[in-house]
Amino acid sequence: MKLTLRIWRQAGPDTPGRMAEYQVDGIEPDMSFLEMLDVLNGRLILDGQEPVAFDHDCREGICGSCGVVINGRAHGPEHTTTCQLHMRAFHDGDVIDVEPWRAKAFPIIKDLVVDRSAFDRIVRSGGYVTAPTGSAPDANAVPVPKADADVAFDNATCIGCGACVAACPNGSATLFTSAKVTHLNLLPQGAPERERRVLDMIETMDAEDFGGCTNSGECVAACPQGIPLASIATLNREFLRANRSAKR
Amino acid sequence: MRSRTFWASTVGKKAVMAVSGLVLVLFLLAHMLGNLKIFFGAADFDGYAAWLRTIGEPVLHNAWYLWIQRAVLLIAVIAHVTAAVQLSARDRRARPVRYAHGQRPKATFATSTMRWGGVILALFIVWHLLDLSVGVVNPDFAAGRPYHDVVVDFQVWWINLIYIAAVLALGLHVNHGFWSAAQTLGINRPSRDRTIKAVGTTLAIVLTVGFVAVPVGVMTGLVS
Amino acid sequence: MRDYRLGEPIADTRAPAGPIEDRWATRRFQAGLVNPTNRRKHRVIVVGTGLAGGSAGATLAEQGYQVVQFCFQDSPRRAHSVAAQGGINAAKNYRNDGDSVYRLFYDTVKGGDFRSRESNVYRLAELSGQIIDQAVAQGVPFAREYGGLLDTRSFGGVQVQRTFYARGQTGQQLLIGAYQALSRQIDAGNVELHPRTEMLDLVVIDGRARGIVARDLVTGEVTTHLADAVVLATGGYGNVFYLSTNAKGSNATAIWRAHKRGAHLANPCYTQIHPTCIPRSGEHQSKLTLMSESLRNDGRIWVPKRQGDTRPPGDIPEAERDYYLERMYPSFGNLVPRDIASRAAKNQCDAGYGVGPGGLGVYLDFADAIGRMGRAAVTEKYGNLFDMYERITAENPYEVPMRIYPAIHYTMGGLWVDYDLQSTIPGLFVIGEANFSDHGANRLGASALMQGLADGYFVLPTTVNDYLAGGGLTDVAPDHPVIARVEAEVAERLATLLAVRGDRTVDSFHRELGLLLWDHCGMARNETGLRKALGRIPSLRDEFWHRVLVPGTGEQLNQELEKANRVADFLEFAELMLLDAIVREESCGGHFREEHQTPDGEAQREDEHFSHVAAWEYTGDIPVLHKESLRFDYVHPAARSYT
Ligand SMILES: Cc1cc2nc3c(=O)[nH]c(=O)nc-3n(C[C@H](O)[C@H](O)[C@H](O)COP(=O)(O)OP(=O)(O)OC[C@H]3O[C@@H](n4cnc5c(N)ncnc54)[C@H](O)[C@@H]3O)c2cc1C
Ligand code: HEM
Ligand code: HEM
Ligand code: SF4
Ligand code: F3S
Ligand code: FES
Repeated sequence: MKLTLRIWRQAGPDTPGRMAEYQVDGIEPDMSFLEMLDVLNGRLILDGQEPVAFDHDCREGICGSCGVVINGRAHGPEHTTTCQLHMRAFHDGDVIDVEPWRAKAFPIIKDLVVDRSAFDRIVRSGGYVTAPTGSAPDANAVPVPKADADVAFDNATCIGCGACVAACPNGSATLFTSAKVTHLNLLPQGAPERERRVLDMIETMDAEDFGGCTNSGECVAACPQGIPLASIATLNREFLRANRSAKR
Repeated sequence: MRSRTFWASTVGKKAVMAVSGLVLVLFLLAHMLGNLKIFFGAADFDGYAAWLRTIGEPVLHNAWYLWIQRAVLLIAVIAHVTAAVQLSARDRRARPVRYAHGQRPKATFATSTMRWGGVILALFIVWHLLDLSVGVVNPDFAAGRPYHDVVVDFQVWWINLIYIAAVLALGLHVNHGFWSAAQTLGINRPSRDRTIKAVGTTLAIVLTVGFVAVPVGVMTGLVS
Repeated sequence: MRDYRLGEPIADTRAPAGPIEDRWATRRFQAGLVNPTNRRKHRVIVVGTGLAGGSAGATLAEQGYQVVQFCFQDSPRRAHSVAAQGGINAAKNYRNDGDSVYRLFYDTVKGGDFRSRESNVYRLAELSGQIIDQAVAQGVPFAREYGGLLDTRSFGGVQVQRTFYARGQTGQQLLIGAYQALSRQIDAGNVELHPRTEMLDLVVIDGRARGIVARDLVTGEVTTHLADAVVLATGGYGNVFYLSTNAKGSNATAIWRAHKRGAHLANPCYTQIHPTCIPRSGEHQSKLTLMSESLRNDGRIWVPKRQGDTRPPGDIPEAERDYYLERMYPSFGNLVPRDIASRAAKNQCDAGYGVGPGGLGVYLDFADAIGRMGRAAVTEKYGNLFDMYERITAENPYEVPMRIYPAIHYTMGGLWVDYDLQSTIPGLFVIGEANFSDHGANRLGASALMQGLADGYFVLPTTVNDYLAGGGLTDVAPDHPVIARVEAEVAERLATLLAVRGDRTVDSFHRELGLLLWDHCGMARNETGLRKALGRIPSLRDEFWHRVLVPGTGEQLNQELEKANRVADFLEFAELMLLDAIVREESCGGHFREEHQTPDGEAQREDEHFSHVAAWEYTGDIPVLHKESLRFDYVHPAARSYT
């Protein structure tokens, strides 16, 4: 198929950017969206132009590196990551707008590449269990009810892609943060740091210039891992609980 | 910027909004029911208004209860609006550059109109107080005769418009707001989600219909 | 023509003598210790944040060392370990099904086709249990049974259920556990993290590894980072084949540069091919996706009996199908080990029985399974894999059989290390897939995660302690001539890549190299083919340096420059890999030399000549081969037979 791409080009963090238009043809339905960009880049390079920069690594939907806004939707029309989106989701002659995640907390580095280190700082501030190597009891010493383990797992599958922030009208990282808090606070292993964790992580989240949550639900619609709104309720519950608790 | 206080955090502010919002919802429920007495005639309605001022007697002095209630409402509205304004400003800052390709939001109309709905409500409350409590914007205000005040109000078509518009805004606002509050306060659970949404919508409809009944009643001559 | 020279034999001098059960305990006791208050004074560089690097960085920091850590991704959490699906082995024997440390040790040595070091493998098995304890304590949500205890499954055709898993995302969950432990240390100020930073060379001063030269991928700045010890945890080199199940960024640069600075490189020809991957769909293909091996437990593999049969699978009657694995290996059927299943598929396709685009695929059919267990049960077991397959191929595996084809998946070879995981350069430690240590000529499923974490959480912290306790480390002046020289070399190389401004993209070279290796050094190898490929490499490399086109500058985020630099190293690495494959005139594990097979086409080891590790030394001239002969005091070499 033949496509018209309008892609955000920005040379560097402080240089102004613009939407640039390109034509690509010979696109196969079996190509992934990133392979389509590979084709475009191959052509740009041979034309002596700079290829479009975009983050990617595993191309299997698990590392969370990739992610662009396609026609106004984070990761595009299907419920998956950009690398797992295939061109059969588009039609010959389509015009496709490709933009980077847009959020104050995710400054653009180049073209479609943004700096998501704010996520790492949120995790750093409490998204862990303090269990120094060697100190662990036998793995089966503490049974975990399957139901809790399953909810914890569902939330632990967050790949840190940032689509939730990109989709949220407020550029809020609440879904990401709620996934990590839900994962760890529901497990017995996470219980001792339960209050500190949620307070510290929300504090960092706010300090990183993310917006607040107005329960719009756009994040959930964009999340490739299906992290549910229930996790946000859990985050809020944990926050209020921690504020009541003496252990803060 | 890093501060541990409840109010400083987005989630804390949000919780304040939720509680204050729910307080307002409670008041409006009572208010709406009270308003319906207007269909039983001037005596009933004015009597009711007068009785409002006697609540708590003899323990409380004349109209004290009313003033306490007003204080609570005032605090609620101020807290709610302040939080709303601060959070909204923050949310705008969080996305300095908009997307070139417009978003097709999946969220409902009620959800995406929370802010404007809120602003409309804020303006309305001011107007409404000037109209029926203070009376300065009322066509022919007579203190202590709310029945009369209301009836003269709704003789004027554009006053009807203001009220009906405001009430519709309220309906929308509460429709998302009630569920949203449950989410914010962590009361929501997957198992309760549908129930809470249903209650919110019911509340919204009851409030809207209940409030709208009055201007409509006057217009149709049911109340005169 | 002599393309290599035989050097002195090499041996591991660190593993204590005595009964294998006591060796690690003995080594731990002998190892020197650094006084906790002095640890702060030592800087340790860890390159890589995968399971190996992440666990090592976190643990060294917990011990009090100043850790300086690097990864090329934007976050440590994205290291390629995240993609591991199936699970991780541990000899917990929670099932009481006769598992034990000794059995895991035995299975791993045998699975490695008797080309690994017994003492290392035993230690790995010994530590496996603690890894699970550690991960669970971190909050890793392994699969559990209703009673709340951990669930396990059998994997890779072993008879005991020793594989712990977290749905199809075991690697992700383990990595996030290590990432969180690392994050905690970063927050505590014990780890200085450099994401989006790529190691481009190793700094060796007075014969010891003292730092690395790295490029900030965002600003393009090239700087030297100094330390008292350097740990490489940079993963495997599978991407030398261009198409593999590895992440796009996985590369050989770190280990290759270390090799050129004096670290011996062991068994580069040992590569593992995974039988159940989604076939390539066309020229544009940028990477291959793995489908968990567990599919072979219920799926039946077949090809049409008639060559070039283009009928849709549904129209091919039972009588005209060849379930070749079941035919050739009646007792194991579709569950034969990875290397055998892969080779069989290749042979079918080479003989013209392959299906799908280019005839490069065989059917993996679930019709019987669905008939037997019912669709619901199949969904329950494989639902997520079926969905993944459908998303990629747009074919519904419930209706049409899957098409699968083998793909490069893992590399057993790597930098040579002793029992302490120290390379031939003092102070340079190598852990995880980057070293050659534990898997011999073939890795068992669910053992790489185990090895990476054993190395990082438990082995390295002990042995680095010992090295630093040894002392003799003088401060290196930032203006030391060696540093200036290495930085200059790196800068010049980047400048050259940018200066060529030729007419071919980096990818076109990488593709060509990959194809060459896949054809001649892939699932089956023979001397003629290997020599042909070896002959082509120098000219390809020459063409690369004259015709590659790298746009932009070095002072910016320049992803083409990153790729070009990695491909340049692959082009050198490939030569040694081919040479190693030529020199090893036997078949073992993943290395199948057509000249060396049993009458029924099985791999034929030549123990009397090749029961050794091939450790290659870089001289700048022709490579020198040092042999480490392998002793088997516990598990005695026997021929593998699955018929
Ligand atoms: C698809 C797939 C499925 C798998 N499934 C399983 C399984 O089920 N069970 C199992 O046991 N094993 C499995 N494996 C194998 C296993 O995942 C890997 O062997 C293991 O995770 C390697 O971990 P590592 O830490 O050594 O390297 P990696 O996880 O690859 O980490 C490499 C790190 O080094 C960094 N790095 C690399 N080069 C440089 C450089 N030049 N400069 C700076 N940083 C650099 C990278 O940024 C990264 O952080 C699978 C592998 C694949 C590809
Ligand atoms: C009659 C008056 C009002 C009632 C009954 C009311 C009620 C509510 C409720 C229950 C919520 C949900 C809180 C939450 O999401 O946790 C809410 C949210 C909100 N209100 Fe009001 N409110 C009223 C007036 C206002 C006013 C005057 C404003 C001012 C601008 C306003 C702005 C908002 C905003 C912006 C939200 C946030 C939406 C969200 O977070 O979901 N509201 N309101
Ligand atoms: C159309 C329907 C409405 C009618 C007829 C109505 C009527 C009245 C009257 C008569 C009073 C004065 C009562 C008194 O002083 O004794 C009053 C007060 C008030 N109304 Fe309404 N109202 C309506 C809708 C609303 C709405 C939608 C809101 C809020 C969003 C609201 C908020 C208030 C408040 C805050 C007061 C002041 C209460 C007090 O003084 O203590 N009203 N209303
Ligand atoms: S919550 Fe979902 S969208 Fe957000 S980072 Fe995690 S996986 Fe991505
Ligand atoms: S879209 Fe944004 S407003 Fe909340 S529910 Fe999701 S974070
Ligand atoms: S590239 Fe890894 S998730 Fe898309």
